[in-house]
Amino acid sequence: MNDTISTSKAAALQLSGLCKSFGSGLSYTKVLHKAHFEARLGELLMLVGPSGCGKTTLLSILAGTLHADEGEVNVLGQALHAMSEKERTAFRAKYLGFIFQQFNLIPTITVAENVSVPLLIQGHSVRKALRKAVQTLERVGLGKRVNERPMKLSGGEQQRVAIARALVHEPTLVLCDEPTSALDSENGVAVMKLLREAANEPGRTVIVVTHDPRIYHFADRMAEMEDGRVFRVLEGAQDIAAHHPAF
Amino acid sequence: MFRLALRMLYGDRSKYLMLMSGIVFATILMAQGGSLFCGIMSWMASTLHNVRAPIWVSDPMVQQVGDNRPMRDTDVSRVRSVEGVSWAVPLYQSVIQVKLGNGKAQAVTLMGIDNTSLIGAPQTMLEGDIEDLRKPNSVIIDIYGVQLLGRELGRPIRVGDRFEMNDREAVVVGICKVQRGFMGGPYMYTSYDRAVLYAPSQRKMLSFVLAGVQEGADAATVSARISAESGLRAYTEDEFFWSTIAWYMRNTPIPINIGLIVLIGFIVGTAVSGQAFYAFVLENTRNLGALKAMGLGTWRLAAMLVIQSLTVGMTGYGIGMGVVSLMGRALIRSGRVPFLLLWQVGAIVGCAVLIICTISALLGISRIARLEPAIVFRS
Repeated sequence: MNDTISTSKAAALQLSGLCKSFGSGLSYTKVLHKAHFEARLGELLMLVGPSGCGKTTLLSILAGTLHADEGEVNVLGQALHAMSEKERTAFRAKYLGFIFQQFNLIPTITVAENVSVPLLIQGHSVRKALRKAVQTLERVGLGKRVNERPMKLSGGEQQRVAIARALVHEPTLVLCDEPTSALDSENGVAVMKLLREAANEPGRTVIVVTHDPRIYHFADRMAEMEDGRVFRVLEGAQDIAAHHPAF
Repeated sequence: MFRLALRMLYGDRSKYLMLMSGIVFATILMAQGGSLFCGIMSWMASTLHNVRAPIWVSDPMVQQVGDNRPMRDTDVSRVRSVEGVSWAVPLYQSVIQVKLGNGKAQAVTLMGIDNTSLIGAPQTMLEGDIEDLRKPNSVIIDIYGVQLLGRELGRPIRVGDRFEMNDREAVVVGICKVQRGFMGGPYMYTSYDRAVLYAPSQRKMLSFVLAGVQEGADAATVSARISAESGLRAYTEDEFFWSTIAWYMRNTPIPINIGLIVLIGFIVGTAVSGQAFYAFVLENTRNLGALKAMGLGTWRLAAMLVIQSLTVGMTGYGIGMGVVSLMGRALIRSGRVPFLLLWQVGAIVGCAVLIICTISALLGISRIARLEPAIVFRS
């Protein structure tokens, strides 16, 4: 893994010729067919498409948690497909932030401890990590709930904790998997506002996998997927509105 | 991350208590079994502990201190004549019936010690004086005998009480404290000459010859010389102890029975803790997968599981050993159950708990090693 990452717009994220299949024989399923995809630094890009079109698989591959059968994955100027498992793990810890559909907060520890996890993984001291976690929680409006257990929080609050956890170590790339699917529209909008703010910070890219049209207007660009490939990329609010009038 | 591992563990209290209860239960079973075994073995050799002599000489066929194959009285002199022996005295040992004043009878281990030197006498006298054994018909009884014979008599035995043994009168002149024996009831001490009168008559009466070694001489060397020159079997005290233990190990079901208790403890501990720990890992699969996705390597995750497993193990071990110590204290106080908690038992049980923890942790590690971090992206 190279220690210096590219911050040029073109090099933020490039996937080319990605193929991925699962199973064998009768259960063989080809999920990605020569998928191409690109994201730039400083943008909020949405990856949309119907269920089963390969969005989550594509997200897993660009997160480095899943191997592609074919194709290249260049994230922040680094060839993820050529890295060893250990290098990919270290890369994720340093440069990527994650927001999951089901929050995946550890229920037995406090909100602040949950948020401090990425810093602890990087080797920060507990004290420093907790201090930073509290600051980040204050940014997402949960400064008074730092010592609560996640289960005592509402769904919207839990997702805000997950956003704080994804941002606490100031990653370059934030990957969000259906961040609003478990939330009502009010909480969904609140969460997207936070992600929008995160994307506005210099040198950061936020990729949101979703099929929730209520939040399409937060996107700078939108990559549409069908049958395992990205068939269209829409640029700007007008273009998106033209193709998705519902939003 | 180790702090996080412990917080995850302590946070799920019910699971933590279940994990720990498996270890506590296993520790209690194993340590209790081990301590009972050591206690029984210690009681088997209690005559050795109570009499204390550097060298024990017996019939060549004798392998343990409870075995009684009488020798000739002249064997004392034969032992005394061996180079390196400083003194040699006779010892009589036998289980005989004591007839109480109310007609009831009770078996006791009668010890006949040397008339002159009183070598082999009990170390701790609770009442009376060992020199009182020089009085006519005198016997000294141990505190367990006071209780046991007292139960038969309906009141505690006191100095001055009289019994009948083999149609001869015996007068209690003292009460002593000695280690209990496993087979022969309470200990009763008298002089050698009187003991052979109290016991049913046989052609040969001498049970053992006790011998001392001259200053500068080695007990093992002198013991070997006694065996070679007399044709008898001489043991150092230590040799006789281990020979006694070995005999009981070979010839009684005690090691197998207690070994089964210990084995069951180990299996139950492994099954309960291993299963509970695996369930703990399964329940946390998504969280562990999230940690993996966020950049925590498999080895560090494995280290977290090892820390969790060891914490459960050591806490459970500590509580289990504490419980066993308290139970042991109560058992020793009652005086009815042989119980000896040696540090070696603690160490062996500790190793067994460590193995249980390792197995439990390995089960969890095998799960997380196969865990794909991509699992967290699946709904």
